[in-house]
Order: sequence, then structure tokens, then C-alpha cells
Amino acid sequence: MELFEARNVEKVFASTKALSDVSISVKEQSIFGLLGPNGAGKTTLIRIINQITAPDKGEIFLAGRKMTRADISQIGYLPEERGLYKKMKIGDQAIYLAQLKGMSRGDAVRNLKKWFEKFDIMPWWNKKVEELSKGMQQKVQFVTTVVHQPKLLIFDEPFSGFDPINANLLKEEILNLRSEGATIIFSTHNMGSVEELCDSIALINKSVKIEDGPTDAIREKYKSNIFDVRYRGQFADVEKVLGAQYEIIGHAETEKENTLKIQYLNGNSNNDLLQALMPVVEISAFEEVIPSMNDVFIKAVQNANKK
Amino acid sequence: MNNTFLILKQEYLKRVQKKSFIILTILMPILIAGVYALVIYFSVKDDTQERTIAVYDESSLFLGEFGDQGATKFHFVPQEEYTELKGKLKGSGYYAVLYIPGNIYTNNQAQLVSEKQLPLELTEQIERRMSRFIENDKRQKVIDDSGIPDLDERLKQTRTSVRLNTLKLSESGEAKKSSSIVAFIASYAMGIIIYFFVFMYGAMVMRSVMEEKKSRIIEVIISSVKPSQLMAGKIIGTALVGLTQVAIWVALGGIGLFVVQGFFAPETAQQMGQSLMEAQGGMNPAMAQAAEPNKVNEIMEMIGNLNIPLILFSFVFYFLAGYLLYSSLLGAVGAAVDNDEDSQQMVFPVTFPLILSIMLLFPIAKNPEGQLAFWTSIIPFTSPVAMMARIPYGLPTWEILLSMALLVLATVGAIYAAAKIYRVGLLMYGKKVNLKELIKWLRYKN
Repeated sequence: MELFEARNVEKVFASTKALSDVSISVKEQSIFGLLGPNGAGKTTLIRIINQITAPDKGEIFLAGRKMTRADISQIGYLPEERGLYKKMKIGDQAIYLAQLKGMSRGDAVRNLKKWFEKFDIMPWWNKKVEELSKGMQQKVQFVTTVVHQPKLLIFDEPFSGFDPINANLLKEEILNLRSEGATIIFSTHNMGSVEELCDSIALINKSVKIEDGPTDAIREKYKSNIFDVRYRGQFADVEKVLGAQYEIIGHAETEKENTLKIQYLNGNSNNDLLQALMPVVEISAFEEVIPSMNDVFIKAVQNANKK
Repeated sequence: MNNTFLILKQEYLKRVQKKSFIILTILMPILIAGVYALVIYFSVKDDTQERTIAVYDESSLFLGEFGDQGATKFHFVPQEEYTELKGKLKGSGYYAVLYIPGNIYTNNQAQLVSEKQLPLELTEQIERRMSRFIENDKRQKVIDDSGIPDLDERLKQTRTSVRLNTLKLSESGEAKKSSSIVAFIASYAMGIIIYFFVFMYGAMVMRSVMEEKKSRIIEVIISSVKPSQLMAGKIIGTALVGLTQVAIWVALGGIGLFVVQGFFAPETAQQMGQSLMEAQGGMNPAMAQAAEPNKVNEIMEMIGNLNIPLILFSFVFYFLAGYLLYSSLLGAVGAAVDNDEDSQQMVFPVTFPLILSIMLLFPIAKNPEGQLAFWTSIIPFTSPVAMMARIPYGLPTWEILLSMALLVLATVGAIYAAAKIYRVGLLMYGKKVNLKELIKWLRYKN
């Protein structure tokens, strides 16, 4: 079931178009990656979801109903630019922010204590934000985002500012939240984390959505007939038999075996390749290369900009 | 609504619990009381510095006439000593040398030589004594020459001092004692209080908005509450802080007044009155004393005759409306800028009318019927201060109503405009904002 949906959303600021006719839909209990180059319109879309700004055209839905102002208590939002009240004690601050999201004081304290324990920041409950390290502040901010158990979580660049250990802790928590029922929209430039976490993605470029769907399917789609082959034998022989039929992208030799990266040209099939190679070398492995999200991103954006 | 209340509570508690608030609230009245106490103390207290002034009286008129005056002693010296002293005052033990020439009677000139700058009070005192002495002497001569037996007595009886008891006709036709001095003080004080509070708490709202914007927490907050709720909570919460402060001051003032009245008042007030009268000169102590209790009663009566309910009501009204007007505008400024220098540039044009009204307060309170007073108290941006300065004098009802109506309209308009700027500005970073830009924001849809 779709937990969140945006239909034909459009937003214009003064003379620049921030979003034109963008539709996305996010399945319940999934992690959705919102990708795009800087200035593509991601933050605008996120702000529209958070009801900070209203779209000029289009509609947004939460759990099948048109979203209203009251629904924002169902959302937890971690903006890219983090910030807390510097002079306020973090415990009081977290309670206040949870109350603004509609929690009762008692519930807020109970939940916060759990999260503070989990993140090892309980001893700082009565400290002011300005006394905390940056990483510690990030943890507090994350806790304030999730403490009210929102159905929909929006993380904008959640890993920025975290060291690898804490980034890993955060990754685990995000996966935990999903398995506990939350739906997560997350925006990042870190394509590695997209591959690891996202069930599906949308790619926005210059206010237009240029790609969306399940992460695996998109990566499949951007395959370009490139294969990795591991073999024992001479590279010179390989070069000879493959001739002009294949494009050799790269090769490497080790003591044990050699590897080869090639691209098919003019509709070769796997069997064609095997038949060509078998007489001259011994093949130990053979697989098609699925492009990384990084490659997909670059390729999709470049294609879109060429048009 | 619930969220507005949460924000209001948060803003209120944050400020009230601040050390600076507690210190300011408690220290301020003590400071003011202290300053007044010092002023009173020094005006009541005799000049205790021991001074001996050498007098060389060429005219021989004043011999024995200069009695010791408090700590100041006069010592008559012969001519030789005077010549010596004039050249070398240092180490002689004299503070100054007074030279009274032989022709003082016609010339009215004497000379006081000293090494230091002489206190004004001392020179005035000496001048007064000499003048009075010569005047009396001259008068006596006239009396003696005239041959009229009890002329002295009769002349004394001619001495007259007219006091104007101003009465104000109320609408019911009842004549009440009024005093333009009391009205002037009341109007001036109220203008200043309104100015002070509107400025101080308006700036507080602005700083609070800027803090949220600068720390970037604003995006989280407005993803939880509407900007309008945030602004409302902030403005009302801060207003309550102001009212708390006033309440504490009123309470402290009440206690202070009670204590002062209980222990020192009768003596000090009389002493003060006396010394003030004496300082003004001319009036004899007996007269001053006789006038004193009367005057106090009269002032109390005049204060009682001010239209207190109207003044209190309009004070609260203009305070709240003025505060709302300026704090919403300053809140918008806080949202529009993202650094302190820019805010200073924007604050001045916004608060200029307020500053103007305080600069014009004196002429307005002095001539509350004039054109200047009329227009400044009708135009909404200056009216909170200007109207408050006029009301103690009593005004036609229509003027007050017109001014209030216009102020309400302006306030509503300002809140509306400010809310728009606020919405747009909160998430706008790194943009140099000027008036043109702000007007553009006003035209934005959400």
C-alpha cells in the first residue's frame, strides 16, 4: 500500500521553477531515496511534504487521504541544516519539540529516555546544546525527529556530520525503524547508502523527475552490456579472438588468473562470447556488471541534460 | 491553539527564568530608587565641607552681617592681610577671599577670589545675602526718609504672591482642581514608559526570531507548527514577560513606598521641601513651612482629579497595541535578515516613528493642543507615545476614538504584512534584504 503520494506537484519561486509536474509514491514500510543534483528541487519537495510551503499545483496524500495540516504530527523531519536552541538544556528541548509534535509530556519523557539510553547520551540530559560536541548534537537532533513515532520520516542528508561508527549506528536505526513500521523518505548524495538502504528511488533533475522505481529495477535498466570475465590464459590470445566484435574496457593480470571487462557491441549474446573465448582460455567466472547507483545517477543526469 | 500555548509558555519561561531578567527586574527599581535617594540625600544634606572665607569689606557695610552659614565660615580681615592673601592664598587656610569694594552700594559688584572653581551654590548664596542686605538697607532709608511711621509694616503687608488654582470643568459641569504640572509629569512619564516597553520587548521578539533562524532550528519548528502560531506564541509570551515585570515593579514599588512612608517620610519630606524653598531663595522659612502641607494635599487632590480610569485604560490599550504593532514588524525584520548588521540597518527605518515620537514628547506634553500633538497622536505609528502624553490633559472623545481606531487598523495591517514576510523570510538565507525585496515578498502566495 502507498503511504505517501505526491501527484503532479508544481512550484514556482518568483521566476524559477522549483518543481514541475513531479509525482512520487512511497510504499508503506519502505525506504525511499529522493535523489538529484544540487538545486534540483529536492528540498522544495521535502518542504511541501512537511507543509512548510504549499504547492502551486498538485496534491499530496498520506495513507490514501489528502494531506492536511493536522497530519504533520505524523511526520518526523530531519532537515539538512541542523539546529537546536543553543542555550536550552537538551532534555527540556527534546521534550518541547516532542510536545510541539503533539505528544503529552509524560509520553515524551518516557520515549526520550529510551532513545537517550540507546544513543548513550543520557548523561547529557541536563547539558546545554552549546556544551555538546557536533556528533552529540546530531544524535540529539535525530532523537527529536523520531521520538513521536511518526508514520513518515524524512531525512535530508542524515549521515552528514557523523563519524563512520555513528553513521553505522544510524543506518541500523533507520533499518530498525522501517521494520517497526515506519516509512522513510531520504535524500542524500551518498550513493553508497542509497544502494544499501533504499527500496526505491526517484531522481529529480532541474525540477523534473527523470527516473523512478525500485532501486534494483533502475540499476538493471542502466545496465549497458558490460561483463566481467575471469579466466586463466594469455590476454594476447583474448585480444586476438574478440577482435572488433567487443569493446575491451579494461583488463588486469594476477598470478592466479586474469580479469577482463568488456562491452558487447552489435547484439552479441553471452554464448557468442563464450564460444569465442573457450578455445583460447579457461573461463572461471563470468557475470554481467550491474551499474552502481553512482553510475546510474551520473548517466541519468547527463542524458537528461543532453536532451 | 495548543501549539501556540506551548510556544507561549516556552518563550515566557525561557525569559522569566533567565538570570538577566531576574537581576534586571529586581535591580532596576532598586537602582532608580537609589538614584532618587542619592539626589534627595544630597539636596537635603548640608554642605559639610569646612570652608573659611576671608572677607575684606572696604565699604564697612557688612561687618558682622556674614554669620556662619553651615560649614562655611566668614572671617573679616584688614586690608593688609587681604593684599597678602590675594597674592598667596595657598597655605593660608582660607578657601577664598571676598573683596567688597567701597562702592558696592552703587556699583553692585564684588569679587570672590579662589584657587579652585567655586561651587555654584556657594556663590549664589553669597550673592543672595549681599543683595538682600543692600536691598533692606535701601528700603530702610526710603522708609526713614518718608517719615511715615509704620511704613515698614505696611510695605510688608503689600507683599503678595499669587498662586493660580487651575480648575477644570468636567462634562457634568463640576469644577475640579487640576494642575498642568501634574498633568505634564504624568503625560511625560507615560510616554516614556510606553516607549521603553514597546522598544525593549519588540526588540526581544526580534532577537528571539533571529536566534531561531540563525541556529537553523526554525525549519524543524515550522514543520511542527504554523509560522503564524509561532509568531503569535512568541509575541504573546514576550508581552506576558513584560506584564510580569511591570507587576513585580508595581509590587516592589508599593512595598517600597510603604516602607519609606512608614519610616522616613514626614521628616525627610519637610526637610526636603524646606531646603528646596531656601535654595529658591526669597521665601522665608515660615512661609515655606506653611505652604508645605497644603501643597502636598493639593497635589494629592490634583492627582486624584486626573481621569485615572481613562488614563489606565488608554495606557493598557496603547501599550498593547503599540507593542503588537512594533513587535510584529520587528519580528518580521528578525525573520528577514540573517545577521546582526543587516538587522541593525532594518531596525532603524522600522522604529524611526517610535524614536521620533519620543523626541517630540517634550513639545507634545508642553503643548498638547497644538497641531504637532494632534497629528502625532492620530497617526498610528507615533500615536502610542504621543496620545499617551496628551490624555492626562483631557481630550475630546472623538480624538481618542479616532486615534485608537486607526491604531487598531494599522496593527492589524502590520500583523498581516509581518506574517507574510515572516513566512517567506524564515527559510531565506544568504540574501541581502532591502525594502524592495520585502515588498516583493508581500506579493508572494504562501
